[in-house]
Amino acid sequence: MAPDHDHTAHLLEQVNQALNERGALRIQGGNSKAALGRQVTGEILDTRPHRGIVSYDPTELVLTARAGTPLDEVEAALATHGQMLPFEPPHFGPSATIGGAIACGLSGPRRPWAGSARDYVLGTRVITGHGKLLRFGGEVMKNVAGYDVSRLLAGSFGCLGLLTEVSLKVLPKPRECASLKLQMDVDQALTQLMAWGQQPMPITAACHDGGFLYLRLEGGKGSVQSACDRLGGEALCSSYWAQLREHQLPFFHSATPLWRLSVPNHCPALNIAGKQLIDWGGAQRWLLSSAADDQVRGIVAAAGGHATLYGETDTPFHPLPAALLHYHQRLKQQLDPQRIFNPGRMYAEV
Amino acid sequence: MNILYDERVDGVLPKVDRGELLKQLRTALPDLEILHTTEQLKPYECDGLSAYRVVPMLVLLPEHLEQVQTILKLCHALQVPVVARGAGTGLSGGALPLEQGILLVMARFNRIIEINPEGRFARVQPGVRNLAISQAAAPYQLYYAPDPSSQIACSIGGNVAENAGGVHCLKYGLTVHNLLKVEILTADGEHLTLGSDALDAPGFDLLALFTGSEGMLGIVTEVTVKLLPKPQAARVLLASFDSVELAGRAVADIIAAGIIPGGLEMMDNLSLRAAEDFIHAGYPTDAAAMLLCELDGVEADVHEDCERVEQVLKRAGATRVRLARDEAERVRFWAGRKNAFPAVGRISPDYYCMDGTIPRRELPAVLRGIDELSTQFGLRVANVFHAGDGNMHPLILFDANQPGELERAEALGARILELCVAVGGSITGEHGVGREKINQMCAQFSSDEITLFHAVKAAFDPAGLLNPGKNIPTLHRCAEFGSMHIHQGKLPFPELERF
Ligand SMILES: Cc1cc2nc3c(=O)[nH]c(=O)nc-3n(C[C@H](O)[C@H](O)[C@H](O)COP(=O)(O)OP(=O)(O)OC[C@H]3O[C@@H](n4cnc5c(N)ncnc54)[C@H](O)[C@@H]3O)c2cc1C
Ligand SMILES: Cc1cc2nc3c(=O)[nH]c(=O)nc-3n(C[C@H](O)[C@H](O)[C@H](O)COP(=O)(O)OP(=O)(O)OC[C@H]3O[C@@H](n4cnc5c(N)ncnc54)[C@H](O)[C@@H]3O)c2cc1C
Repeated sequence: MAPDHDHTAHLLEQVNQALNERGALRIQGGNSKAALGRQVTGEILDTRPHRGIVSYDPTELVLTARAGTPLDEVEAALATHGQMLPFEPPHFGPSATIGGAIACGLSGPRRPWAGSARDYVLGTRVITGHGKLLRFGGEVMKNVAGYDVSRLLAGSFGCLGLLTEVSLKVLPKPRECASLKLQMDVDQALTQLMAWGQQPMPITAACHDGGFLYLRLEGGKGSVQSACDRLGGEALCSSYWAQLREHQLPFFHSATPLWRLSVPNHCPALNIAGKQLIDWGGAQRWLLSSAADDQVRGIVAAAGGHATLYGETDTPFHPLPAALLHYHQRLKQQLDPQRIFNPGRMYAEV
Repeated sequence: MNILYDERVDGVLPKVDRGELLKQLRTALPDLEILHTTEQLKPYECDGLSAYRVVPMLVLLPEHLEQVQTILKLCHALQVPVVARGAGTGLSGGALPLEQGILLVMARFNRIIEINPEGRFARVQPGVRNLAISQAAAPYQLYYAPDPSSQIACSIGGNVAENAGGVHCLKYGLTVHNLLKVEILTADGEHLTLGSDALDAPGFDLLALFTGSEGMLGIVTEVTVKLLPKPQAARVLLASFDSVELAGRAVADIIAAGIIPGGLEMMDNLSLRAAEDFIHAGYPTDAAAMLLCELDGVEADVHEDCERVEQVLKRAGATRVRLARDEAERVRFWAGRKNAFPAVGRISPDYYCMDGTIPRRELPAVLRGIDELSTQFGLRVANVFHAGDGNMHPLILFDANQPGELERAEALGARILELCVAVGGSITGEHGVGREKINQMCAQFSSDEITLFHAVKAAFDPAGLLNPGKNIPTLHRCAEFGSMHIHQGKLPFPELERF
C-alpha cells in the first residue's frame, strides 16, 4: 500500500503549469471508470499519490479523505467502526479512488432509499481553473453559507475543478440484513414495488432480472424478520448486491452496448429491443441493446427519464436542452475559463 | 458594520425611473396587481428579521407564470433589481427589499398541482406552504419530510431558496435531499428545468447548486418534492440533565451507539422553562438541560431502539428519562419544542436567533463559550437547537428600546458565529446568509473563495439584478470588515484552549 501523502503542492503546480502552457489535463484517479464519458485529450494528472484519510471520527459520522485514497481503504476504515458509505459507490475495480467516485457521482443499489453520492458530500477542497486551492462546505451536517459548490462538483466528472479532498457523511451499518428472491414477472414486480414504496417497508435494494425479484431488507431485527415472514420467497446470498453494483452479474457479460436508463420510480416496463435488468426498485434500468441511440433516448425521455451509454461513444450522456446546455457552458467558462480540466468529457461543448 | 445596502461597499445599483417602470408594467401586464402607495408597501418592508426594514420601490403580486416571465424580462431590459419573496418568514433578511428594486411576491402561487402516490412525489407551485404538502399527501399515508418549525407559514419556494431544515433532518435530510425537480426562470426570464422526474438528471447537478441559493440565481416557479411513507411508529424520550455539557455529550453517545434518531433536540433551562410556561408540555423545569429524542420506523425496531437509547442516556448521566406515554404526550413534548421561539419571545421584549453549526463533539465547549460570552456582554442567551446535527440556535434576549442593546446583541451574535467557525463549523446551518450574516461570510471564506462564488453568480445573472447585496459579500465589504477576519492558525479565540 502506498504511504499517506499530502501531494497538494505538486497538484497545484501541475494545474498552474497547464494554465501557463494553455494545455489541458485529464484527471485520473484509479482509471476504473474509463468506460463512462467522452474521450479526453490532455496531460494525465494522476491523483493517486495524493492519498490518505485525513480525519475520521465515528461519533461525528464524518470522514475526510484525500482524493486519491483508494475507495477500498475508505470502506475498510469505516467497517472497523461498523459504518459505511450509504450510497454504495460502484468500484469497477480495486484501483477506484474516493475522488473519482465523487466526481462520477455514481451510486449503488441502496440509492433510492438512502440517497446518492452527492447527498452525502459535506465539503470539498478543490483546485480551480484559476489555479487556486479553495475549500467549500466542511465537516458539519448542515451548512448553507454561500453556494453549494461541493455538491455541484459531485457528478461533474472533473469538468469544473480538481477535487483534492472530500468530506462525507457516513452512517452506521444496519444491525440486521436479509436478502431474498421471489419468482414473478416484470409487470407484477413493478406493481408490487410501487405498492411497497408507499408503505414503511425496510427494503434497501430491489432488482428484477426478468424472472425473479431480488430484495434486500435492512433495519432492526424485528422489522427485517417480520418483512421476511410476510414476503416469503427463497433466501439469497448477500454478495448478489455487490455483483449487481460492480456489473459482475452474468447479465453484464455481453458485447452488446450497455445503457443506463434513469426513469421515474413508477415507470412501467419499457418496450425497447434488447435485454433489461431493473435496479433501484424501478428507477434505474440497465439495457443491453443495439437499437439506435435516438430511439433509446426517445423512448426513455418520453417516460420522463434520461439515458447514458457506456463504452466508446461521442455522446455518452443524454443531450441537454439548448438553454440548459448554454448555462453549462457559462458555468464552465466562469469556473474553468481556459478549459484545462477534462475538456469535453461530459459534452463536447463543455 | 451596518448591514443595510451600502452602495459604497456593496456596489452601485442601477438608477431606476420608478414612474417609467410603473407605466411599462401597467402597459405590459394590465391584470397584474401592483402595490405602490406607502401604506400598501409598508407591510412588506421586512421579513422574519424585523430589526431591518426597507420600503421597496414597488411590490408585485403575480398570479400567472407568464406574468413572472414578463416582469423578469422587463426588469432585465430596464436594469431593475428584483428581490423575490415567499412567505417572508426568513430569519436572515434574504427577502429584505431594496429602495431601488421591486419585491416579487410569489405567495399567490399556492396551488398543489399533483400528488402522485405511485411515483411518491408532489408537484406544487412555489407559494404552497410547507405543511400543506404533507396535509395533501396524508390521505395516502405519505408526507414531505423536511419540517422547519415555521412550516405552517413558510413557502416551499422559500424552503428551496434557503435549503431549509427541520427537527427531522438528522434522519431524513434537508430540502436538497428531498427534491426531484424545480422549474426556474432566470434573471432574463428564460425557463430552465433543474433535476428531473427520475432520481437524477444529465449534466451538472444544478438542482443542488440552486438549492440554498437565496433567490440569487433565479426564481423558483414550480417544485417537485419526494414523498415518504409515514413511519409506522414514533416514540419520544425526554431526558433531563444537571448540566448542558452532560446533555451535549449524551448526543454524541447516542450516535456512537449506531442509532440515528428521527429527531434529537436540546433545550437549556431558560428555554425549556419559557416553553413550559407557554405550552405546559410537562417539561422538567428543574433540569439544566433536556434532550428530546424521537425514534421512528417499524414498530418492533422502535421498541428496541427506545430501550437502547434509554440505557445510553442513563449511562451518560441523565437524571431522569421519560418515554412519552401516548401520542398525546408525544405531540405535547414536540409542541413545546416547536413553540420555543415564540415562548422565549414572551419572556423578553426582543430576541435575536442565531444559526451556527459545529461538529457535535464541540457542543459542550461551545455551550460553555456561549455562556461566557453571555456574561461578558450582559445579555441572556437561551439555547434550543437541533443537537443531533450540531445546529445551534442561541437566542439572544434583549430590549430594542434600551439604547445600545440591539447593537450589543448583534455584537454578541457575531462573536458566537465566529466561535462556531473557529471550531470548524459554519455561520449558518439552515437560516441562510441573507443580509444578516453578510459580514460573517468574510470570516468563513477567503477572498478567493468569495471570488468563486461571484463567478457562479455571474454564470446565471451577469448583470447582478437578482437579490443584489445578499448571500455573498463584495471583496470591498470584506476588506472593510477585514480586521475581524480569521487567518489560518490565528483564530480570534485564543481562549478556546481553556474549553
Ligand atoms: C487505456 C485507457 C483507455 C481510456 N479510455 C477512455 C475512454 O474511452 N473515455 C474517456 O473519457 N477516457 C478514457 N481514458 C482516460 C481515463 O479513463 C480517465 O482519465 C479516467 O477515467 C479517470 O478516472 P478514473 O477511472 O481513474 O477514475 P475515477 O478515479 O474513477 O474517475 C472518474 C472521473 O472522475 C474524474 N476524477 C477523478 N479524480 C478526480 C478528482 N480528484 N477531481 C476531479 N475529478 C476527478 C475523472 O477525470 C473522471 O472523469 C482512458 C485511459 C486509458 C489509460
Ligand atoms: C419561528 C420561525 C421558525 C423557523 N424555523 C426554521 C427551521 O426550523 N428550519 C429552517 O430551515 N428555517 C426556519 N425558519 C426560517 C424560515 O422559515 C425558512 O428560511 C423558510 O425556508 C423561508 O421561507 P419563506 O417562504 O418564508 O421565504 P422568504 O422569507 O420569503 O424568503 C427567503 C429567501 O428565499 C428567497 N425566495 C423566496 N421565494 C422564492 C422563489 N419563489 N424563488 C426564488 N427565491 C425565493 C427570498 O428572496 C429570500 O432570499 C424559521 C422562521 C421562523 C420565523
